[in-house]
Parts: sequence; C-alpha cells; structure tokens
Amino acid sequence: MSTALNTSCDCPECGGAVGLKNAPLRGEVVRCGDCSTELEITSTSPLTLSLAPQVQEDWGE
Amino acid sequence: MTTPARPRVSIVGASGYGGGEVLRLLLDHPAVEVAQITSRSKLGVNAASVHPNLRGRTRLQFTDPAALEPCDVLFLCLPHGEASKSIETYTALAPRIIDLSADFRLRDAALYREWYGEDHPAPAWLDRFVYGLPEFHRERLRGARLASGVGCNATAVNLALYPLAREGLIRRVVCDVKAGSSEAGNAHTPSSHHPERAGAVRSYAPTGHRHQAETVQELMNPSGAFEMDLSVTSVEMVRGVLCTAHVSPARGLTDKDLWSLFRSAYGAEPFVRLVKDRAGLYRYPEPKILAGTNYADVGFERDERTGRVVVISAIDNLMKGAAGSAVQCMNLMLGLEETLGLTFPGLHPI
Repeated sequence: MSTALNTSCDCPECGGAVGLKNAPLRGEVVRCGDCSTELEITSTSPLTLSLAPQVQEDWGE
Repeated sequence: MTTPARPRVSIVGASGYGGGEVLRLLLDHPAVEVAQITSRSKLGVNAASVHPNLRGRTRLQFTDPAALEPCDVLFLCLPHGEASKSIETYTALAPRIIDLSADFRLRDAALYREWYGEDHPAPAWLDRFVYGLPEFHRERLRGARLASGVGCNATAVNLALYPLAREGLIRRVVCDVKAGSSEAGNAHTPSSHHPERAGAVRSYAPTGHRHQAETVQELMNPSGAFEMDLSVTSVEMVRGVLCTAHVSPARGLTDKDLWSLFRSAYGAEPFVRLVKDRAGLYRYPEPKILAGTNYADVGFERDERTGRVVVISAIDNLMKGAAGSAVQCMNLMLGLEETLGLTFPGLHPI
C-alpha cells in the first residue's frame, strides 16, 4: 500500500513541515515529525492544522 | 599523518570514573584496540576489580605510567594539573592526545588565571589544543592532534545556550545547574561521606564555578558578550546534569522563532536531541534516561507573560560531559564515523 506524501502543511506549534498522505480527512490526527505534537486536520480546503486536544496531567499545579 | 588500520589506544589514569568510562566505550569500539591502561594507585590490579561493570570484558591490568609504550591515541584522564606538568612526555608517546582534564580547555592564559587563580604551568600549549566539543568544533577536530576535554556543567550550559548565543539573542542569562555526585570523581572526601551526601540538595557553587570560563570562551566569541550567571547545586543523583537557563532575550522571540533557532543549530547533530513535548512524562530534558549515553537533550519554553525563555538541557556528566565527547573527538581525529561506539540509547525504565 502506498503511503506517499503528496502535500504538506506548516506545524502550528514549531513551524516544521508536516507531510500528509493523499486525501487527508477533516478530523484526522497526525503528528509533527519535528516536535512530535499531535495535530488535528480542522479543514481540508484550505488545509488547516490545529493542536489536537490533549488529556492534561495534574502536575501539582 | 595517516591513520593505522586498527589504531592502538591507551588510557592514562584509567582507574577514575572518567577513565573507566573511556575504557568501557573503547572496549566496545569496533575500530580501535585498547593497548594499555595506567594507574599509579592500582598497579597490577585487574581493570574489572576497579570497574566491576567490565567484569568478563577485559583482562587488562593497570600499569605504571612510566611503562607506557608508544600508541596511536592517548587519553589523559588525570586529576587537575597533572596533564599539563607532563604534556611533553605524553606527546612524545602518541601523535594524538585527548586530555579529559581542565588543563587545556581554555585558549587564553589570562582567562585561566582569572578562573583557576593561578598561572597556567604550560601556557605555550594552550592554543595547540582544540576544545573537545564536536558540536562546536567539528571541522577543527577532524585530523587534529590535540583535543581537550569538556567540563560537564559547561557542556550542559553551552549546548543549552548556543542556538541563541550564536545569533546574539541573549541579553542576560542565569543558569541553574543541578549536578550528580560522580562529578566529584572517585576520591572520597568528608562531603561525599554517605551520611553527609545522601539526600543532599547542596548549593555547591552559587557563584564562581570554574566551568563558567568555558562558557565565556565558547559562547561569547565571536558573537559578543552578554551577562551570565551560573549556580551549581549538588543533588541526589549519581550521574547527570540538568541545566535550567533563564534567558532574557535581546528581542522578543516567538515559539516558532525558537523552534527555528534550535532546529537550525541541532537538526543535523547526531547526539543532540530537541525535547519539547506537549504531553507525556518526559516533556522536557531529564538526565535520568540519559545515563550511560552520549546524548544531550535540549528543550525550551517561552514565558508568555514576560518573554523570558527557559532553556533546559540534560546530559550524563561522565558521557557527553566527559568520556563520550572525548571518544567522539577521537573518532573525528582518526577520520572514523563520528558515532562509532557511542550509539547506546540508554535504559528505560531506570
């Protein structure tokens, strides 16, 4: 199965290029290869990435 | 100078922690052979009797430094001041020297006097050595004959600040360094006595730590001086250094600016990793998982309220802060693959 990347978008966290497969889907979660941040595809036209919601740990704050 | 097919390497002062770590790395190194190890205090003793992790891995015994034979590379792992007393003897034995001590880290005799409080005993040799941090001096180390070691705390600070310092982006910085007990070496003192050391969070050097000289040398030339303070605290840890550097930047920086700066500095480095995760247990650099590895982990966070940039770095003081960087230097000096013998990824959990 081909996993060729055919488009990319800037990571909203670190500015790195995030490669995306063919026909990305709205709501799909991808991960930035540079900063490892989980990103959600919030729009496919135009292609838009947002920080994916995280379960927050209690760090005693 | 040609490199022999299988270079013979000897270690002077191999009974200490730094020398033992060099020996551990070289015994597993695929391209060199350990010829001799010396120790005045452990003459005739098996290496594994002093470094029990090497049991079954070598039959080498410690010999007298006076019995050293010519070799291709000589590691000097001696207490402060010893290497500089006998440097001419050592350079007559080997065409390549790597000195882990602080004797030849500084290029400027005046800077040495300022921080060490005495004149350097062999100042003519200072500018012959290349500072042994490959991330800063890779090209000069290729084919070099003489390389210094690095200070462990200095390495944590230097790697934390370099991406900002080289762009002139630091106005002022306060570095808080937490250090493990193995930094003090294997000679016991009243302060290392277990009832005194166990559980300690001890302000070891709130000001005036000698390693700051190396950060002045490496970070403030040629990109310009900035205000810097360094405090070192001994904590409950055997191996490891954590540097938390509080940077007042020279101009406002965004998160993406910081990512770009750090990626540009370290994106191609084999042993520096950018660690800044939004979730998980190890979101920022932490020395615990670096024990025994040559990796330096570097991360950062920007304070949105004040613009302060907090840069965090972690290393194993005996590895990236000493023996690991030294072996990395050796690889470069011999024209070998830089990462040979150094790719152990560490342990988890540990």
